[in-house]
Amino acid sequence: MAKIEVENVYKIFGPNPQSVLPRAQAGEGKDEILAETGHTVGLHDISLSMEESKTFVVMGLSGSGKSTLIRHLNRLIEPTAGRILVDGQDVLKLNESELREFRRTKMAMVFQRFGLMPHRPVIHNVAYGLEIQGIDKKTRQEKAAEWIETVGLAGYENSYPAELSGGMQQRVGLARALCGDPEVLLMDEAFSALDPLIRSGMQDQLIELQQKLNKTIVFITHDLDEALKLGDKIAILKDGRLSQVGNPEDILLNPADDYVAAFVRDVNRARVLTVDVVMRPPSLRLTSENIDAALREMQGKKADYGYVFEGGEFRGVVTEEELTAAAKSNDSQTLYDLADDTQTVSADSVLEDALPTILESDTPVAVVDDDGQFKGVISKRQLIRVLTEHRDEEGETPPKA
Amino acid sequence: MAEWLVEFPALPRETLLEIRRGIDGAYREFSRSYGIAIEDFFDPLLQFMIWFEQLLLNSPWWLIIVVVAALAYGAARSLWMVVGVAVAFVLIGLFGMWEDTMSTISIILVCTVLSIIIGIPIGVMMARYDRAQSSITPVLDVMQTMPPFVYLIPVVMLLGIGRVPGVIAVVIYAIPPVIRLTNLGIRLVDKDVLEAADAFGANFRQRLFGVQIPLAMPNIMAGINQTIMMALAMVVIASMIGVKGLGQPVLKAITNQYFTMGLLNGLAIVAIAIIFDRVSQAYGARIQKHRGAGH
Repeated sequence: MAKIEVENVYKIFGPNPQSVLPRAQAGEGKDEILAETGHTVGLHDISLSMEESKTFVVMGLSGSGKSTLIRHLNRLIEPTAGRILVDGQDVLKLNESELREFRRTKMAMVFQRFGLMPHRPVIHNVAYGLEIQGIDKKTRQEKAAEWIETVGLAGYENSYPAELSGGMQQRVGLARALCGDPEVLLMDEAFSALDPLIRSGMQDQLIELQQKLNKTIVFITHDLDEALKLGDKIAILKDGRLSQVGNPEDILLNPADDYVAAFVRDVNRARVLTVDVVMRPPSLRLTSENIDAALREMQGKKADYGYVFEGGEFRGVVTEEELTAAAKSNDSQTLYDLADDTQTVSADSVLEDALPTILESDTPVAVVDDDGQFKGVISKRQLIRVLTEHRDEEGETPPKA
Repeated sequence: MAEWLVEFPALPRETLLEIRRGIDGAYREFSRSYGIAIEDFFDPLLQFMIWFEQLLLNSPWWLIIVVVAALAYGAARSLWMVVGVAVAFVLIGLFGMWEDTMSTISIILVCTVLSIIIGIPIGVMMARYDRAQSSITPVLDVMQTMPPFVYLIPVVMLLGIGRVPGVIAVVIYAIPPVIRLTNLGIRLVDKDVLEAADAFGANFRQRLFGVQIPLAMPNIMAGINQTIMMALAMVVIASMIGVKGLGQPVLKAITNQYFTMGLLNGLAIVAIAIIFDRVSQAYGARIQKHRGAGH
C-alpha cells in the first residue's frame, strides 16, 4: 500500500469555502469561480498516491498550488474536502494532540526560506524536533551533532544561522528535519532559494542521503530539471489541477498536454533519459556457434550485423563483413571469438554518458544491466530521434532563451 | 435670535450636579465598602516595598554602588558604563540626595517588575486574539492620554495616600508601552519560523516561549525601556500622593520656588533615567547580537 494517499482533495480560499465547493466539484473553472464568488480554488480534485521510500516530486509554477498541497500532508493547511491517508490513517481525523504527535514523529519539513530559529545556534536548531518531543538534552545534542556532521557542517555547531551562507543554512534545515528520524520528509522548494551551483550540490547530497536512508520524500519544486533529477515519480500541477502524474520518462516522452510539453521542451534530455528507456530489442540474435550458419542467417534476414549469444549469455556483436572475412580465412575462429571485445553501455546510465560509445560504434550498441545481462540495443538513429523529437513536432528548432 | 443658537445648550446646572454627585457618591460608597478589602489585598505588595526600600537604605552606600556597577557591567559589558554609573551615584550622594534616590529606585523597580508581570501576558493575549487587540488598544490610548492627575483621584479615594496608590498610579501610566510592544513584537515574528515550529509539532507553550517571545525580544525590550522611562517621569506626580523619593523635594521646590533644589533633584532623576536606559538598551543589544540581517 502507498505510504501517503491523497484522495479528491479540494482547497478553496475565501470567507465561505463550503458554499463554493459544489461549484468547484461540478467542474467550474477557477477564473469563473473567482469572478462570481470571490473565492480562490487552490486545489482542484487532487488524488495522488506516494510510495514508501520513493521520492515524489510535485512540480508547478508559482500559484499552481504546490506549496498548498504539501502543507495539506501535515495539515498546516486544512483541505475543504477530500481525504489524506498516511499509512492508512486519515490525517484529517486526528485531534489537536494526536496531530502534534503525528508531526513530531511521522513527518519533518524543510522550508524554502529555511525557517531556522535565528536566536539558536546551529546545534540547537538541529535538535529542535527532539527538544519538542521532550528528549533529554544530552541525547538530542549527540544526535544533532551526528547529523551536523552528516550534512557536512561539522565545526559550525555553535554558529548562529545568520553567520552561515544560504546553502549552509539549508543544510541545517535538512539536518533538523532528519534529526528526528521522520518517516516522511516534506521539502517545500527546499533548494529554490540557493545559487545554481549550491543547488546542484544539495541535490546530489540529497540523492546520496536518500540511498542510505530510504525515506519517503515529497519534494516541491518549480524547476523541471530538479524534478527529473530527484523524482522517482513526478506530478505536474497547474492552477490547482493535476496535469500529469508519471515517472520522469513518461513526462519527458509523453507529455499529457501543452502545458507539460512546454515545460519539457527546454529540458536537456540527454542528461535525464537513461539508456533503457530508448533501447530496442536486437534485430538479429545469433545463437549457433557455426560461422557459416550465422552468415547464412544474416543474409537470409538481409542484416548487416547480429548479436551473438551463447546459451542465453550475451557474447558480442558481429558484422557481415567480419563473418565473410572469417569464413574465407578458415583459421578455426569460432563465432564467439569474433564477437568478443564488443563495447556495451549500461542500462541505467544517462544518454549523455552513453553518447560517445554509441556514436563511435558502427553498429547499434548492446545494452547490459549491472550483472552484465543483455537488455537490448541502442542505435544512433534512436538516439538522435529521442533527443530531437520535441523539435521535430514544431518543424524547426526553437530559439533558445 | 434664539438663545440656543448663541450659547451651547448645555445640560442644566442642577442635572450636571446630580450626575456628579451620583457618580461620586456611588464610588465613595464602593470605596467605603471595599476599601479595606482592597487595601488588604495590596498589603503583601506594601510589605515587600517597605522591606525593599529599607534594604536599599540600610545597605552601606559603597555596597550599593558596587552592586549597581556590577549589574551595569553584567548587562552591558562595558567599562565606560560602569564608570558612568559610579560617578553618577557618587555625585548624587555628595549633593545629599542618596536616601531619596534609594526610595525612587526601589519604587521604580517595583513598578517596572509589576508592569512586566502584568503587561507581557496582556500583550501576548492581544497578539493571539484580534478581538483582545481591538478592545484593549482604546483602553491603552485612554491610559496614555488621560492626564495622570485625573486618575490619581479615584486611586486616592479608594486607597488614600501612600506607597500603594502611588505604585498603582505609576503602573497605570507606565504600562502601555510594554503591552503595545509585546503585542507588536509577537505579531512581527517571522511567519516562516513559526510555521517551522508548527510543522515540528510545537504546542502553545513551546511556540510562545521557544519562538515568539525570544524573537519578539527586541521589541519587548524596547517596551520595557519605555516603561521604565515613563515610570521615572511619573515619580514626581506620584509624590503628590505621598510617594517618597526624589519627587517630593521637586514638589517642595515648585511650591517654594527653590530653583537649585528643584534642579538638583531633577538632575538626579535624569541620571537614574540615563543609567536605566543605557544599561537596558545595551543589554537588549547584547542578547540580540546574533540576529544579523543574514544574507
